[in-house]
Amino acid sequence: MSRVSGLAALEAMFERSKAEGRAAFLPYFPIGYPDYETSLAVIQAMAEVGVDGFEIGVPFSDPLADGPMIQMATQKALENGTTVRKCLQAVRELRRCGLDQPMLMMSYANPLLAYGAERFVADAQAAGADGVIVPDLPPEEAHYFARACQQAQMCQVFMLAPTSDEQRIRLVAERATGFIYVVSLTGVTGARAELPADLTDFIGRIRQHTQTPLVLGFGISQPHHARQMNGLVEGFIVGSAVVRAAGQGVDAVRDLAHSLRTALVNS
Amino acid sequence: MIGGSNLPNAQGYYGEFGGRFVPETIIPALDELLHAYEEAMADPAFHAELAHLQQTYVGRPTPLTYAKRLSDHLGGARIYLKREDLAHTGAHKINNALGQALLAKRMGKRRVIAETGAGQHGVASATASALLGLECHVYMGSVDMARQRPNVFRMKLMGAEVLAVDSGSKTLKDAINEAMRDWVTNVRTTFYLLGSALGPHPYPMIVRDFQSVIGVEARRQILEATGQLPDVCLACVGGGSNAIGLFHAFRDDESVELIGVEAGGLGTHTDKHAARFANMDISRPGILHGTRSFIMQDEDGQIRETHSISAGLDYPSIGPEHAYLRASERAYYTSATDEEALAAFRTLSELEGIIPALESAHAIAEVIKRAPTMSKDSILLVNLSGRGDKDLDTVIRVLGDKL
Repeated sequence: MSRVSGLAALEAMFERSKAEGRAAFLPYFPIGYPDYETSLAVIQAMAEVGVDGFEIGVPFSDPLADGPMIQMATQKALENGTTVRKCLQAVRELRRCGLDQPMLMMSYANPLLAYGAERFVADAQAAGADGVIVPDLPPEEAHYFARACQQAQMCQVFMLAPTSDEQRIRLVAERATGFIYVVSLTGVTGARAELPADLTDFIGRIRQHTQTPLVLGFGISQPHHARQMNGLVEGFIVGSAVVRAAGQGVDAVRDLAHSLRTALVNS
Repeated sequence: MIGGSNLPNAQGYYGEFGGRFVPETIIPALDELLHAYEEAMADPAFHAELAHLQQTYVGRPTPLTYAKRLSDHLGGARIYLKREDLAHTGAHKINNALGQALLAKRMGKRRVIAETGAGQHGVASATASALLGLECHVYMGSVDMARQRPNVFRMKLMGAEVLAVDSGSKTLKDAINEAMRDWVTNVRTTFYLLGSALGPHPYPMIVRDFQSVIGVEARRQILEATGQLPDVCLACVGGGSNAIGLFHAFRDDESVELIGVEAGGLGTHTDKHAARFANMDISRPGILHGTRSFIMQDEDGQIRETHSISAGLDYPSIGPEHAYLRASERAYYTSATDEEALAAFRTLSELEGIIPALESAHAIAEVIKRAPTMSKDSILLVNLSGRGDKDLDTVIRVLGDKL
């Protein structure tokens, strides 16, 4: 049976986690760190412990929204010769190995535009990806991908930040498909000891304008953070903490993903 | 009068270049900045305060100098130098830094951050911050800190904190990345004092407008001195703020040719240069630091490391308005190599008693090529964007015993 893909895959994912009364867990991991084969093994290990979906990182030389951990990992990936094409190949291989969770391609605008926006969306879909997230393409500049994503029924995710006012929230709510990536804090990616205290208010401000699922990212790294996600948002992203664990090997990633995943059901 | 151009459009585009390619967190801050800028531009008190400081603190208007011995030596066009090297802090960067620092103060932001390559914008930001009582943090690549040591010391003397950037190529590009990361983190309390005519809208416009005083003065001065407009206006182009500052006042003077000079490094046939318009195999339109422009990149869209003897020109992208001026054929762009810039550095020093910044020496290098091909009644106006004292370490290292 063929896997439901694109928007439908994300909808199915949120339905499932909602039915289980928990938030969905979508780790981020860049292809090529610490090397190509290991990055695939890391993603598969997380799939096996039951994470709900993935953000597949496509490295860029100048990742200005990322903190030191992801900067280091994507720099290493580039030194290993990781290209956009190689990242699409990774998605294809992961699908061939039976990975069936949704995968969203995440990168900065320049490498994707250099590849060709429409060609990228077509090739990503053919490889088995379900959407794109480009942090330096706010809705006003996202026309490069908009039509291609719409035609392919792929998700085009946009972000909201604590600085976003009502007008921005309405704009993003209108354009985002799949989910809205809610940036938890003003800052770059990276693990934080505690999440901001005013998250509930911030999420509430967004909920007034949209029914689209909200997925929280930036700073989340620990089981007690994951437990906070249930009932607050539809999903959450963990990036830097996973990358840090990958520095100690695939087992460390499996352990971390397992602890975050089980925190969601034992809360 | 500042402003008065129909570009950029409301979305911040100059033709197909420009825009706002930044994370969502920053977008509201850009809106806030644009709003504050428009308010300031409509406020005569803001203009009066800026004009007063330009006159009594920066030393504006800067003179226009007829370079007689250089003109005679080259045997062609009459060469006039717009002396931004005589502005306080020794370069044109103060024009923009002071304007933006006044804006920061007006917006109630007590902390400013800046990036710097050659250190001139860092020094200008530190200076304006000291003058206005603002806290100033400057990001600078560690490679640039090594080659521009005197400027690092100047910034510290004026109370700024200089933060070394060790990521990537450890130069201007990486300093901008780090400044953006700081801004995204401290966006509510911090003003990003961006130093060149690049970055997300409205920065390219704001920087151009604050630098346009160069061209406004130069146009008036050349008319006073010669009774005619120049045939050619010439300036070096890194991000492109001194060039756009000169060009802007001449944009509607169709007879005036506008020429920008990029850093040719070891030669544009190599990959060791920063001439974004020279070789379309390694430079194409793309997105870096919030704006769409020409960018030196590989086939996979990764940003290339650039090379120039001058830290201020060593940058893989160029201000979006320059990309537009080139595409619309209003301006023409060429390049000068490290070697040609060094030769020009010596020529101007010997013939005119003016030691130019290595950045400005690239413009002089093009003057040396071009002036002899022009008639004796033609006029060549070149922006001498900064003084060369900061570059003596570099030049001593290269020329050392040859002097």
